[in-house]
Amino acid sequence: MTQETTAKFNIDTVANAAVTPEVELPWAELGLKQNEFEEILKVLGRRPTGAELAMYSVMWSEHCSYKSSKNHLRQFGAKVTEEMKKDMLVGIGENAGVTNLGDGWAVTFKIESHNSPSFVEPYQGAATGIGGIVRDIISMGARPVAVMDPLRFGAIDHPDTARVMHGAVAGIGGYGNSLGLPNIGGEMVFDAVYQGNPLVNALAVGVMRHEDIRLANASGKGNKVVLFGARTGGDGIGGASVLASESFDDTKPSKRPAVQVGDPFAEKVLIECCLELFKHSLVEGIQDLGAAGISCATSELASNGDGGMQVELTSVLLRDHTLTPGEILMSESQERMMAVVTPENIKAFEAVMEKWNVEYSWLGEVTDTGRLIITWDGEVIVDVDPRTVAHDGPVYDRPYARPSWQDELQANHFNGSAADSERPATSGALAAAVTELVSSPNMCDKSWITKQYDRYVGGNTALAFPDDSGVIRVDEETGLGVALSTDANGRYTYLDPFQGAQLALAEAYRNVATTGAVPMAVSDCLNFGSPEDPDVMWQLAEAIRGLSDACMELSVPVTGGNVSLYNQTGTTAIHPSPVVAVLGKLDDVARRTPSGWREDGQAIYLLGTTADELDGSEWANLRGHLGGVPPRVDLKAEHTLGEILINASRDGMIDAAHDLSEGGLAAALAESALRYGVGARVSLGEVAERDGVDLFTLLFSESQARAIVSVPRSEEVRFNDMCTARGFAHARIGVVDSATEALEITGVDSLPLDALREAHEGTLPKYFG
Amino acid sequence: MTELPLIGSAAVADAPLSGARIGVVTFPGTLDDRDAARAVRLAGAEAVSLWHADTELADVDAVVVPGGFSYGDYLRAGAIARFAPLMGKIVDAANSDAKLPVLGICNGFQILTESHLLPGSMVKNDHLKFICRNQVLRVENSNTAWTSDYTQGQEITVPLKNQDGQYIADEKTLDELEAEGRVVFRYVGFNPNGSRRDIAGISNAAGNVVGLMPHPEHAVEAGFGPETAGEFSVDGLGFFTSVLSQIVGGK
Repeated sequence: MTQETTAKFNIDTVANAAVTPEVELPWAELGLKQNEFEEILKVLGRRPTGAELAMYSVMWSEHCSYKSSKNHLRQFGAKVTEEMKKDMLVGIGENAGVTNLGDGWAVTFKIESHNSPSFVEPYQGAATGIGGIVRDIISMGARPVAVMDPLRFGAIDHPDTARVMHGAVAGIGGYGNSLGLPNIGGEMVFDAVYQGNPLVNALAVGVMRHEDIRLANASGKGNKVVLFGARTGGDGIGGASVLASESFDDTKPSKRPAVQVGDPFAEKVLIECCLELFKHSLVEGIQDLGAAGISCATSELASNGDGGMQVELTSVLLRDHTLTPGEILMSESQERMMAVVTPENIKAFEAVMEKWNVEYSWLGEVTDTGRLIITWDGEVIVDVDPRTVAHDGPVYDRPYARPSWQDELQANHFNGSAADSERPATSGALAAAVTELVSSPNMCDKSWITKQYDRYVGGNTALAFPDDSGVIRVDEETGLGVALSTDANGRYTYLDPFQGAQLALAEAYRNVATTGAVPMAVSDCLNFGSPEDPDVMWQLAEAIRGLSDACMELSVPVTGGNVSLYNQTGTTAIHPSPVVAVLGKLDDVARRTPSGWREDGQAIYLLGTTADELDGSEWANLRGHLGGVPPRVDLKAEHTLGEILINASRDGMIDAAHDLSEGGLAAALAESALRYGVGARVSLGEVAERDGVDLFTLLFSESQARAIVSVPRSEEVRFNDMCTARGFAHARIGVVDSATEALEITGVDSLPLDALREAHEGTLPKYFG
Repeated sequence: MTELPLIGSAAVADAPLSGARIGVVTFPGTLDDRDAARAVRLAGAEAVSLWHADTELADVDAVVVPGGFSYGDYLRAGAIARFAPLMGKIVDAANSDAKLPVLGICNGFQILTESHLLPGSMVKNDHLKFICRNQVLRVENSNTAWTSDYTQGQEITVPLKNQDGQYIADEKTLDELEAEGRVVFRYVGFNPNGSRRDIAGISNAAGNVVGLMPHPEHAVEAGFGPETAGEFSVDGLGFFTSVLSQIVGGK
């Protein structure tokens, strides 16, 4: 399957580079800094060839090398106890971490960003975000089983938000639905800070048997290197047009799109094809092609293996025969994989490719030279130590300092502010406030989005949006499964990055426990502004320190993730947005706890205590206030609450549970009622007195480590005893009562469910059609 | 690699008592094949995997053409899949005296219309978006191979999820379908895609071939399908028990 013709270029060979040190190279245009270029000269002992420069420039980019965050990210690996390592089969550094589920099962999950492309071209940007994260999961040897999408867009009424919303949601649906992966949850936050920098994060989860875990390394001299899947085209080459100087051909397009274009059908076939390769143990190592394409795959496979690799670049199947070697190395064309195959398995490998009609080409082989050598028609154009490309990139200790404005920001509390002067107090005003809250952009019903996603495919979805976590069955015989939740609060993190990151973890942890699952592992997507701004760098450093501390305290290790920097327009950065995904385990997904009330007469309990913590809350946001300090973090309380929720679910003590987070108790009560259209009578006087807060504060404060549960009458004694034994605040606040057809809260005007639903569900259709 | 038991469990892997074999076709891009196989097994039959490139029907007693995006559906839903070698066999068997029962779900329905086993066609939803929802259907004909376990006029709830689900046909064809009782399912309460006359599913004249856009195979197991107030619908199981009754009865 060789090319019909080999394009002829004025090839910049290694031999040529050695004798022409004076040639000017476009390193600055490729995004390299002076010191980085000098480092490349030192590493090679000569000037790089055009192809080598292309490789170094993409692999040493912030996106691929984590050069600004690496020094801080080390904490995720360092703050790990033996207990946390117990179930970690593969940790940070591989395509995705792997966690032991028991019974021979393993689960792998990871969250990544696809922010910038999704702003430029929302449909393709969001679609290929799904594609990329799913290939990471396949690379580990797993069958992908579900996806989730945390989204953060600009103000709901800004004209450009509709463009991003329609495009990104259709892209996620169009790609994910075509892969046969249920979309089981995510987030949707609107805030003007994301106007020019929407956040489109994507999470994928996969499952496998322990013996099927695959790693990205090229071992065994003489083993063959193969590239398969889609052909390589000119899409996704950032800034590579400067390499056109390599070409004799002036007729080629001068500017290529920097956003990749996805083909979900090709990806679906690639998934099934890879799983068949794994089933017959036909690959020694495998790596997906994402950012930095072949540059990344060859250098990572080679440096993670035990030697070197030799690759003939003209063997790469192309969509566009005018691509230069540098462009081929940098192309981010989607739906491609690279694998290492023993000579004995070549025939069997090819048979699988033929069965699925997947194109492939043998590029070269594993060597023991310790060098990555890439040739073009036999002439050496790359000769490097692969480690210097993949792992030994620059690392920066960027200066950081607490912003000068942070103290003033934190001193500006909501309580006592002008925005707080008309705090609702009458029963009518409180009812209006609840309705306003549940119809607000961030708290409204998100089914306008989620009904565009297939939640059923696979037949293993036990819970999905709008429940607290998505729950997927892994083993049909035993019911063993996983729960997943992603959370972040940019406002909290802006007010206090250390605590904000901890609160993101606390909420995701709580959401997972709320469905009855035991939290096991964490993946994070750290979305921040420019690391070259000391203020932003401080936010990043504080967030990582806070998150890594909290992970250790809650005993849930970070198994992988991604950092997305430079999310800013001009000098204005987004709110620091560490999106935290927590994965939990359920021994039997049939026991999972949904968020809605069902049975009349069940008692509703509020777990946890409430303080006046409205700073950074949704209510303050609705009143245009952002200042003060976020709700207090209490990880011990989160842990105890988690234990209560998990035990109560396992022992059949509760029928419904819903965590309290954004929007506080008011939002939780409304959501639990609307979930199945079953109302309740609620009285909060005693709890307000116990906690020393007024009714408004009790309803709208966002104090942490709280949840509401519904308890069958027969289980009340046992449930009370369990909470008492653990010393955790619990109070009976009401009773499920479908006859009311309303949410009746003493001191608040009756909230008929029909009207509440209309308010809750009307917002997104109003803005987006 | 150990194959994941996404296609059911070892406990039911043994040939079921009924002895019935129901084929489930996989094309490149098929998505709901595991689900269809699970539904077949839960109904008590043996699910037989059929590959689009196969040239024999492997002695199956019935065939399910499941949902998905065969060949990406980039040209027109089902337009390429109909040319698969196995489809020729299925068309012949469905039209033969033996009247092989064939069920097309979603993309499978689209493939059956492209194959001319069923009249009409599906175009993009009238609102132009993908839609996933729990859909109420009315069984308009309980005398087909796939609906005999339902009662005439019974309302069932199954998931619906598609992009190109708007059923269209010319007025004459629609009138004929109505007159001959070949409108098998109609959308109730809400027409999710602009289908003519609220048609969700139809059959051929003999009643052995049925196609519909909604997904009965996703409403076969409590805990994993459409739910209302916490109650799960397993209404879809009737499709598979219906055909099983016919197969077993005919043996």
